[in-house]
Amino acid sequence: MTSQTDLYQQVILEHNKKPRNFGKPAHHTHAAEGFNPLCGDHLWVYLTIDSGADGSEIINEAAFEGSGCAICKASASMMTMALKGQTTTAAKTLFTEFQSLLKGELNPESQPHQLGKLKIFSGIWQYPARVKCAALAWHALNGALNNQKTVSTE
Amino acid sequence: MTTLQMTAPASKTFSGHTFSVDSVRQDFPILATMARGRPLVYLDNAATTLKPKSVVDAVEKHLLLGASNVHRGVHYLSEKATAEFEASREAVRAFLNAKEKAEIIFTAGTTASINLVANSYGSMLKPGDEIVISAMEHHSNIVPWQMLCERQGLVLRVAPINDRGELLMDEFEKLIGSRTRLVAVVAVSNALGTVNPIKDIIDLAHSRDVPVLLDAAQAVAHMPIDVQALGVDFVAFSSHKLFGPTGLGVLYGRRELLDRMPPFLGGGDMIKSVTFAKTLYADLPAKFEAGTPHIAGVIGLGAAIKYVQTVGLQQIAAAEAELLEYGTKRLKEIEGLKLIGEAQHKTSILGFVLDDVHPHDIGTILDQEGIAIRAGHHCTQPLMDRFKVPATARASLAFYNTKHEIDALVAAIIKVQRLFA
Repeated sequence: MTSQTDLYQQVILEHNKKPRNFGKPAHHTHAAEGFNPLCGDHLWVYLTIDSGADGSEIINEAAFEGSGCAICKASASMMTMALKGQTTTAAKTLFTEFQSLLKGELNPESQPHQLGKLKIFSGIWQYPARVKCAALAWHALNGALNNQKTVSTE
Repeated sequence: MTTLQMTAPASKTFSGHTFSVDSVRQDFPILATMARGRPLVYLDNAATTLKPKSVVDAVEKHLLLGASNVHRGVHYLSEKATAEFEASREAVRAFLNAKEKAEIIFTAGTTASINLVANSYGSMLKPGDEIVISAMEHHSNIVPWQMLCERQGLVLRVAPINDRGELLMDEFEKLIGSRTRLVAVVAVSNALGTVNPIKDIIDLAHSRDVPVLLDAAQAVAHMPIDVQALGVDFVAFSSHKLFGPTGLGVLYGRRELLDRMPPFLGGGDMIKSVTFAKTLYADLPAKFEAGTPHIAGVIGLGAAIKYVQTVGLQQIAAAEAELLEYGTKRLKEIEGLKLIGEAQHKTSILGFVLDDVHPHDIGTILDQEGIAIRAGHHCTQPLMDRFKVPATARASLAFYNTKHEIDALVAAIIKVQRLFA
C-alpha cells in the first residue's frame, strides 16, 4: 500500500465529514466511553439492545459522539451502521473479525468473514501507529456489551 | 532608491567558513534514500537528528576493532577505549565550555539527567520547598519534579506563557520566592520552537540564590551553550538530538553543587572502596556514573561534536534561521493553517494545525508522500491544553534541509486540504 487512496479512501473521507448515527440518543440501554489520551481521540458509543422473540439480544440502535481523527470517526460511523439489527453475538463476532483485520491476520479477499464494507480498513496494519485509531470505537462497543464504562486502546 | 538584485548563491560564507547544503547532505547517506516509494524528506529533527557517516564510522570502529570495557582494564584495548571515552568527555567539556572535565556526567539521556538531579539534589530538599518550571516543559522536565514533590512534600510552581508561546517573565519572577530551591526550565521548546531568555532567567534566579537547571535537549544542536558565560548550574541534553547515538545523555553540573549531592545510582565504577560496613564513593564524575557506560555511544557523541564543530554552530544556526524564515512565510500563505508557536525568538520548529483535519491524518498523508513529520502532543500535554488543541503537526528543520523540501511540505499540506475538502 503506497498510495494514499488506499488508506484515505473516499468512503472513509465521506464518513469523516458526515458521520452517520452521530450524537447522543435520548434513549439507550448500553454505553461506554473510549479514550486514547496519547492522541486525544475521544468518543462515546450508545446502544439500544432489546430482547428478540427467540431470546436473543438485538442491537436496534447504535450511535456515537466525540472527536478524533478521520480514521477514528469513519471507523465509528461505519461500525454503528454495521451493528444495527445485529444480535449481540453477531456483534461480538464482528468485533473479533475486525481486530484480526486491523492486525493483518485476516485477509478479507481470501478468508471468510462477515465484515462487509468494513473490510475497507484492511491494510491499516501497515501503519501501526494508526491501528488504535480504527480500533477505538470497537473497543468502546466491546466495553458497552460487557458493562465496562471506559476503555482505551493505548 | 536603488534596488539590489539578489541571486541565490549555491553556498554561503559565514565568518570565513563555507557552508554548502549540497555538501553537508553528502554526510548523511539516509537523505538519499526513499520512504514509501518517494524520496525521503526528513522534517522530524526535533524528535531525533540524523547521524552523519563520521559518527557511525566512529561507533563501528569501536565495536568492531576496539570493544572493551573502560576505566578498569589493564590491557591495551581497555586503555585505548578509556582514552577515547575520556577524549569524548573532554570534547563535551569544550563544547559547553565547562571549567573542568569532571563536571561532565554521562547518563542515559536528557530524561535520565533530569531524574538524577531530581533524585540527588532533590533528596536534600525539605517539605514546603518549591521547584519552578514553565508551562512549555517536556514531560521529562515535569514528571521527575512531580514525583519529587509527591515523595518529599515539595510544591511545583508553573510559570505561564502567552499566546505566541513566550514565557511571561513578570509572572516567572513572581514565582521565585523564599522557598524556591530550583528553577528547571527548557532552553528551547520542542513543541513551539521558542528560545527562552535563559540568561535573564539564570540572572534572576541567581539574584535570589536559586540554582537553575536547563533542559537543553532541543537547544544544543542549534545554538552555543556556554555554561560559564551563562553561569548555569545544571544542563541536561541527549546525544541523539546532537547527531549522536541514542541511549546517551549528558548532565553538566557545577562542581560546587555536584560535590554536595549524594550519588543517585549505586554500583560498580562509582566507588572508591566497598566493605559490608562502609562504602566510600568515587570522586566526580565517577560518583554519578554507576555501571558500565554506553561506551560506543560516548565515542559516537565525541565524533558528533567534532562534526558539528567542523560544520560550525554559527553556520548551522544561520542556515536554519533562513529555513525557518522561508518555512514560516510559506506555511502562513496556506489558508486554514494556524501556526502553534510564534515567538519572536525561535529555532527552526514549525508546529501547526489545519482546520477540520486531525494532526494524525496530516502525519499519515505526509508520510505517504515520503515526508517525515511528527504528529501528536510531543510529550507536552499541558502545553497542548494551553493552546486548546489535542495535538499538533510539527515540521522541525535541520541545517541539511532545503527550501525545496519545504516546498514539498507545502504541496503535501495543500494535498491534505484538498483530500479533506
